[in-house]
Amino acid sequence: MTKQKTLPHQQYNAYWYQRVLAWIIRNFFSSITNTVLTVLLGYILYVTIPPLFDWLFIKATFSPAESRAACNPDGACWSVITSRWEQFFYGFYPEDQRWRINLAFIILIMLTFWMLFKKLPARKYAGLILFLVSPGLCFWLFYGGWGLPVVETGLWGGLMLNLIAGGVGIVFTLPIGVILALGRRSELPVISTFCVIFIEFVRGVPFITVLFMSSVMLPIFLPDGIVIDKLLRAMIGIAIFGGAYMAEVVRGGLQALSKGQYEAAYALGLGYWKVNRLIILPQALRIVIPGIVNSFISLFKDTTLLTQIGIFELLGIAQAATRDPNWAGLGKEGYIFTALIFFSVCLAMSRYSLHIEHKLNQSSHKKRL
Amino acid sequence: MVLLNSDLLDQPTDNTNKIIEMVGVHKWYGQFHVLKNINLSIRKGERIVICGPSGSGKSTLIRCLNRLEEHQQGDIRINNIPLNKNLKNIEKIRQDVGMVFQQFNLFPHLTVLENLTLAPIWVKKMPKLESEKMAFQYLERVKIPEQAHKYPGQLSGGQQQRVAIARALCMNPKVMLFDEPTSALDPEMIKEVLDVMIELAKTGMTMICVTHEMGFARTVADRIIFMDKGEIVEENAPEIFFNHPKSERTKQFLGQILRH
Repeated sequence: MTKQKTLPHQQYNAYWYQRVLAWIIRNFFSSITNTVLTVLLGYILYVTIPPLFDWLFIKATFSPAESRAACNPDGACWSVITSRWEQFFYGFYPEDQRWRINLAFIILIMLTFWMLFKKLPARKYAGLILFLVSPGLCFWLFYGGWGLPVVETGLWGGLMLNLIAGGVGIVFTLPIGVILALGRRSELPVISTFCVIFIEFVRGVPFITVLFMSSVMLPIFLPDGIVIDKLLRAMIGIAIFGGAYMAEVVRGGLQALSKGQYEAAYALGLGYWKVNRLIILPQALRIVIPGIVNSFISLFKDTTLLTQIGIFELLGIAQAATRDPNWAGLGKEGYIFTALIFFSVCLAMSRYSLHIEHKLNQSSHKKRL
Repeated sequence: MVLLNSDLLDQPTDNTNKIIEMVGVHKWYGQFHVLKNINLSIRKGERIVICGPSGSGKSTLIRCLNRLEEHQQGDIRINNIPLNKNLKNIEKIRQDVGMVFQQFNLFPHLTVLENLTLAPIWVKKMPKLESEKMAFQYLERVKIPEQAHKYPGQLSGGQQQRVAIARALCMNPKVMLFDEPTSALDPEMIKEVLDVMIELAKTGMTMICVTHEMGFARTVADRIIFMDKGEIVEENAPEIFFNHPKSERTKQFLGQILRH
């Protein structure tokens, strides 16, 4: 204790290298155990990091090529990605129409920034446009019709598809989850029983089963002549599955609130929907932000399962690319690249949620009543 | 304070002046008979204090008056509106009946001002500016207008309870229910809340208050109701209640509560 108290003073007068030395000793060599661990870990890092770095960057080949023959066999062959990166992002979407996807994503990103950044004016309208106008607009851009050549959903693929399926899933799972969670706590037995059965059933089966059911079973039950697009069916499956999980997350938040909040709100003369909308949900959802984002992240990653029902999203494209005779055996590169993309998107989501939590905690001085 | 209305008890009851009427009210929690044959009528402007040992059903009784609890037998009429399964009636009655809770139950995600204006805006469709003006008037009355833009979590218990009183008053209720409003407070904060309640009593508000504050009961109440085991054991003007209690159980209760 006394040693720590004198240290800052000593450091103030010391040379910079003395300070660095003191810091190193304090943090890495403060005891025999720590010294041993430091040496051991240092050795492990020395053995693993330089070769990995070598393989990933130094000896790797980045320029586009015809086949893996052009690559340095000692390094990663990123050529498989650089020569086909358009497929990784757009799937089999016709080359001359890809501007439509770019335009749609630029619009979506700009609207999202407009809505989320506090300093910009008229943010409310950005939200309205984002949720009411942009879905239709983007669908028109993606699919076509009305002057644009139609691009069937079978040609969509790559990262664009993960983003679309994930985005649609995220937008729909939260409302579905809220309704199911409220329904589960409803005093009307019909509604609560239905919600419990729905949630438990959907949650109790693997996601891939839901996808297969939506892609294989659903058409059997539909009357002849009615065909629902395969991708749409898959997205309905995603929304239902995510919604069931979300319902339990939201329910956790609802249960965290005291009965007094309901009583005070009802005593003021507010009705069921207003009590939930104005008093209960704003508090409950705030409590479960980490859980909600957790669900969003896992939902986004689950879109890789779409490949299993023949929809070529990013991972499917990566696998297909590395099975191409010209590039055979480059599974590692494909998976590392895919992992990196998913990691960056998920990291962005998680950092943004932390930022929101921090902001909300600051504003309401989170003292429980 | 002068006991203005204690003599009214002996006057013939005037039906038009009744704001609360309970006839033969029973309530059970499962097997537990929590309210037994409650008959009670309260006139406009009357101040009632309900006391009794814990578990005697006094909180349940006032919670039945705005349907936070449902009674299973008997009739309750508030301002001549029957309190039954009819949702319209329940909503109307809840607008007329303000309630203050032991745990304050302010909405922690809203500022003090938003807590006050929420119901006027969403239930009474009052314009925002007007509701804020009114909210400030009530905050003046409970003597904390300077806290309007803070969150409940930043206030002391006494301040929170005063905000809760102001919040109920913002709906311009005809009756105010207080469910042990000072029981969760530190001793030094009890007085500031009781002072606000005494001020409120002076304005002629009909008040029904479950409390153990016998000093408050003595100064403010027109009538004190003593409950035990789900029954109204005794009701009387404070003078008679404190000095000449009739039943053995009341004497026993008063002996315990007034000893110190």
